[in-house]
Amino acid sequence: MSDNATATTYGLLAEFPGPEALLKACEKIRDEGFESWDTHVPFPLHGLEKAMGLKRSWVSFFCLVMGLSGAALGMLFQWWVSAEAYPLIISGKPAGIMSWPAFIPVTFECGVLGGASGALLGFLILARLPQHHHPLFNNELIHKATDDGFLVSIEAVDEKFDLDGTSSFLKEIGATRVEEVRA
Amino acid sequence: MAEAVVAEYDPIDPIEKRPVLIENAPGFKGITEAVAAPVEWKPPLGWYLFLGGSLFFLAVFGVSIAWLFWEGTGIWGNNIPIAWAWPIVNFVFWVGIGHAGTLISAVLFLVRMRWRTSINRAAEAMTIFAVMCALIFPGIHVGRPWLPYWMLPLPNQMEMWPQFRSPLMWDVFAVSIYGTVSLLFWYLGLIPDLATIRDRAKSGVRKLIYGIFALGWRGSFRQWLHYEKAYLLLAGLATPLVLSVHSVVSFDFATSQLPGWHTTIFPPYFVAGAIFSGLAMVLTLMIICRVIFKMEHIVNMLHFDRMAKLILTTGTIVGFAYSVELFIAWYSGSTYEWFAFKNRLSGPLAWSYWIMVSCNVIAPQFFWFKKLRTHIPTLFVISIVVNIGMWFERFVIVVTSLHRDFLPSSWDYYRPTFWDVSTFLGSFGLFFTMFTLFVRFLPMVAISEVKGVLPEAHVHHRSESEGS
Repeated sequence: MSDNATATTYGLLAEFPGPEALLKACEKIRDEGFESWDTHVPFPLHGLEKAMGLKRSWVSFFCLVMGLSGAALGMLFQWWVSAEAYPLIISGKPAGIMSWPAFIPVTFECGVLGGASGALLGFLILARLPQHHHPLFNNELIHKATDDGFLVSIEAVDEKFDLDGTSSFLKEIGATRVEEVRA
Repeated sequence: MAEAVVAEYDPIDPIEKRPVLIENAPGFKGITEAVAAPVEWKPPLGWYLFLGGSLFFLAVFGVSIAWLFWEGTGIWGNNIPIAWAWPIVNFVFWVGIGHAGTLISAVLFLVRMRWRTSINRAAEAMTIFAVMCALIFPGIHVGRPWLPYWMLPLPNQMEMWPQFRSPLMWDVFAVSIYGTVSLLFWYLGLIPDLATIRDRAKSGVRKLIYGIFALGWRGSFRQWLHYEKAYLLLAGLATPLVLSVHSVVSFDFATSQLPGWHTTIFPPYFVAGAIFSGLAMVLTLMIICRVIFKMEHIVNMLHFDRMAKLILTTGTIVGFAYSVELFIAWYSGSTYEWFAFKNRLSGPLAWSYWIMVSCNVIAPQFFWFKKLRTHIPTLFVISIVVNIGMWFERFVIVVTSLHRDFLPSSWDYYRPTFWDVSTFLGSFGLFFTMFTLFVRFLPMVAISEVKGVLPEAHVHHRSESEGS
């Protein structure tokens, strides 16, 4: 952070005219070496993950772990109920885990429930939601991100950030509007 | 906006060289405006009339259930030998309706059918409301309203646990988990659109309520990355789930020893039928909604054409299943099996079998013709005919198989009572009340997804250099 950016500056918010301009700008920002920056778009624009240099999401990990746990718990629970809590002999088959084929449908459903909850939970944790407030909402421009705006935000905490320098850099790479966001 | 529409609208997508999915080139802003309008403006008179009618039937539903609880299941036509009459018919009917929502939102997503974006939100909402209606029927069918907790995996007052080797128990898990996962999937898809409504809100109350449910979404691509992965995973999980749910529902019948139910074809046959009926319901709903809420350019003939093709496909699968079922009944050489089917075709309830065949097998064949696939009145009539037919399919399966079983002395004819009819019609009241409220308070089209299929969303779109 340089001197002219005061502690009350969260960063800069810039608007680009459309998807292609945003994509090209992102490649330049990435190559310039910025770390704490983001884009705000009304729909998931494909190619942006590469242009921003992002790694793939870990949501699948949450989904896998919770899905397998769900299935395992489902199977164990049925086995415990049918063999321990209230043993029942149905169509002459053993009460315990040996009659596992009959437990498959519920095991599968429990696995899906676990996996689906894991995917949603993973998304919320990794995307840091729900969030009560974010400094970007201090500027009206952010509201365009859910409508038709293609925005870039660069945080003041970034080492390369400099209020005037970064602002003119953003204009250079095609931003039509650059605004300061108060913290 | 109107001038730009005339000047720039090109019906062929410049990148993909295929017809555009959204007509009149509304642009990103135009999509937001069109979808947010019903949520933000005073709804048209038609909406109030529709809500009034739905509330009336919801009241009918409430009265029917109250009377049922007071008087007992004797108010229905259920009796031995037909103990599983309308309540189970209605249960299977409603679960089936829900399946098309998942097909459109999950299966068509996995196979990259981009036209799904215009209808997936409404179809998913339909799924959730249909599952709500479905879950009520087994609950009230038990006859002792203080005991449905026996269906839950809990020990009852005698310290007995449920029997997990029974398909009825699998059904409890399948349908309730299906409802839950559909709700999660629907909500995940709603988050960015709720943020759109929040960002446009003028009043503090709206900002607060939509803000809470939007969870603080700010369209950040770092969030989108996780969002997209979660969406893909949920679609991947919902696809086998939807296939399993109606398979499990069919196990309720197929694992029994009753001729007419004891059939291995049931799982695929039930799934195809479920998707068939649900697509018809989506069609009925969208034909009405697009006119009332002025979204003819978002839900257009291209979507109807493709849905009609899906209805034709699934309807033909269902017709094929009917004939295979019949053939196997004869080929099996089982006297009882063959009798059950002869009884369906020509017994005292044969009228219901032939209603089913004409509605489900013959009616969709009109969709071989493109003219009829894009003709709104035809689509509307056939969509309703198909739903009537699919209700009768469940009626045929449940009632005609039960009414003449192994022991001729217990044979009987089935007649519904007034309360059977009122409970069934009442469940439509619940469904339509929920749906009417949905179109008023939530964006009925997936705003962010539709923006993603506009030609402008392609990175190499031509008009960008001219400024957008």
